[in-house]
Amino acid sequence: MMTEMANGVPAGLLYSKEHEWVKLDGDVATVGITDYAQSSLGDIVYVEMPRMGATITQFDSIGVVESVKAVSDIFTPVGGEIVGTNGELDSDPASVNSDPYGQGWFYKVKLNDLSQTANLLTPEQYEQLIAES
Amino acid sequence: MTTDASGALRRTALHDAHLALGARMVPFGGFEMPVQYTSILKEHEAVRKRAGLFDLSHMGQFTLDGAGVGAWADALTVNKVATMKPGQARYNIFTNDRGGAHDDVIFYRLDENRWLLVVNASNADKMWNVVTAEPASGVELKNLHGERALIAIQGPRSIEWLQPYVEADLASLKYYACAETRVKETRDPIVIARTGYTGEDGFELFLPSSEATGVWDLLLAENRRHGLEPCGLGARDVLRLEAGMPLYGHEMTEEITPLQAGLAWAIKFDKPAFRGKDALLAQRDAGDYARIAALVMEGRVPARSGYPVFADGARAGEIRSGSWGPSVEKNIGTALVEPAAAAEGSSLEVEVRGVRHRALVVPMPFYKRPKP
Repeated sequence: MMTEMANGVPAGLLYSKEHEWVKLDGDVATVGITDYAQSSLGDIVYVEMPRMGATITQFDSIGVVESVKAVSDIFTPVGGEIVGTNGELDSDPASVNSDPYGQGWFYKVKLNDLSQTANLLTPEQYEQLIAES
Repeated sequence: MTTDASGALRRTALHDAHLALGARMVPFGGFEMPVQYTSILKEHEAVRKRAGLFDLSHMGQFTLDGAGVGAWADALTVNKVATMKPGQARYNIFTNDRGGAHDDVIFYRLDENRWLLVVNASNADKMWNVVTAEPASGVELKNLHGERALIAIQGPRSIEWLQPYVEADLASLKYYACAETRVKETRDPIVIARTGYTGEDGFELFLPSSEATGVWDLLLAENRRHGLEPCGLGARDVLRLEAGMPLYGHEMTEEITPLQAGLAWAIKFDKPAFRGKDALLAQRDAGDYARIAALVMEGRVPARSGYPVFADGARAGEIRSGSWGPSVEKNIGTALVEPAAAAEGSSLEVEVRGVRHRALVVPMPFYKRPKP
């Protein structure tokens, strides 16, 4: 179980200013959007991500997440090679709303450079960010 | 003007009620309006299965009084006005000289010489200019935009949940009928009509702003526990799209005529004359005009307004509205396309972020409510 801070920000993850979370396991990062993001977007109906093997660059727009009404860019919080995508989202995009830190994960990236995680926010910093927005 | 002199957004009489219900507010038609309270999908489901409550006070309300209203309005619109009977409501479209649409509206004939005209919020200022530019004897116009409230209850259980609070017998009020009545325990008369923009049975209540909060709270107090949900403009847009109802600015504009929008049923060419009639006749007789088609996307990718549409590899038009359709369980949309591409069963392609996705032309509407 992940421990949660105030505002439901899980400890043990890193965050971006664009409201993505990153879970590091060695040099592989799992990426998703935060509870704050899914709540702001509303009912998610579609997620478009890069294909397996694609190379992506930190903070680039690499896909979209679509709610009933709106299309929003995914700015990847980390760069590297895509080594996994959540195929379940094709049939169940609503899991991004119901379980953003679990079943609603987006993709896995093999990091090309571990130092890029220094550009991300700690749970405390992210909590501060959403408290101010 | 869509804002007041300071440029600030206007608020409806129900603004505080929306905030208390946790609504997310967005600018729309110069007003700060609730786009959703909980979830567009939940609110949509409430309207399809039970009922939803909407604040539509941002819409324009004009009163038209006098013996000359019917003839005056018949000259400016495509549908028939003078033939309406007291107690009747009728959909209509104000046209320009080219047959394009100034706005789509509803006329409510309250009695022989008193009418209510409801126009789109985003067109309210334009429409006031349109109607006052054509003064006529025996027509007295008054602009109540922002001064009166409009509350809609929409969904199969609307009649059951509304009846206890109004004096009028709702069962005897037919679809597109209207009546003046009272909400019990309030003093001022209100107008009630069996109209809506969701594809479900339902009612619209036109009332003084001073009564809005009282009526809104009264309807929610008892019925919310049974499943009446406050609903925002997000759900309303999805509901109207599924029901095949045009949205001004999307399926119809100053350039896109009612014929192109698939509203030929509303155009009465047997009227002796009306603005835009010659242009619409010419368009009808030529028959080669681009028109609105209903599309269902084959995959999971939603179509969105403005996306290019292709037929047999060639550009054939563009998406005008697009959304996930919860009742259809597919991504749906409208497209303005060349006539050949608009035929039912046509297989088209919609370009989404550089990739073409297959879509099928289906009959409009996407959703019809089950017969009671």
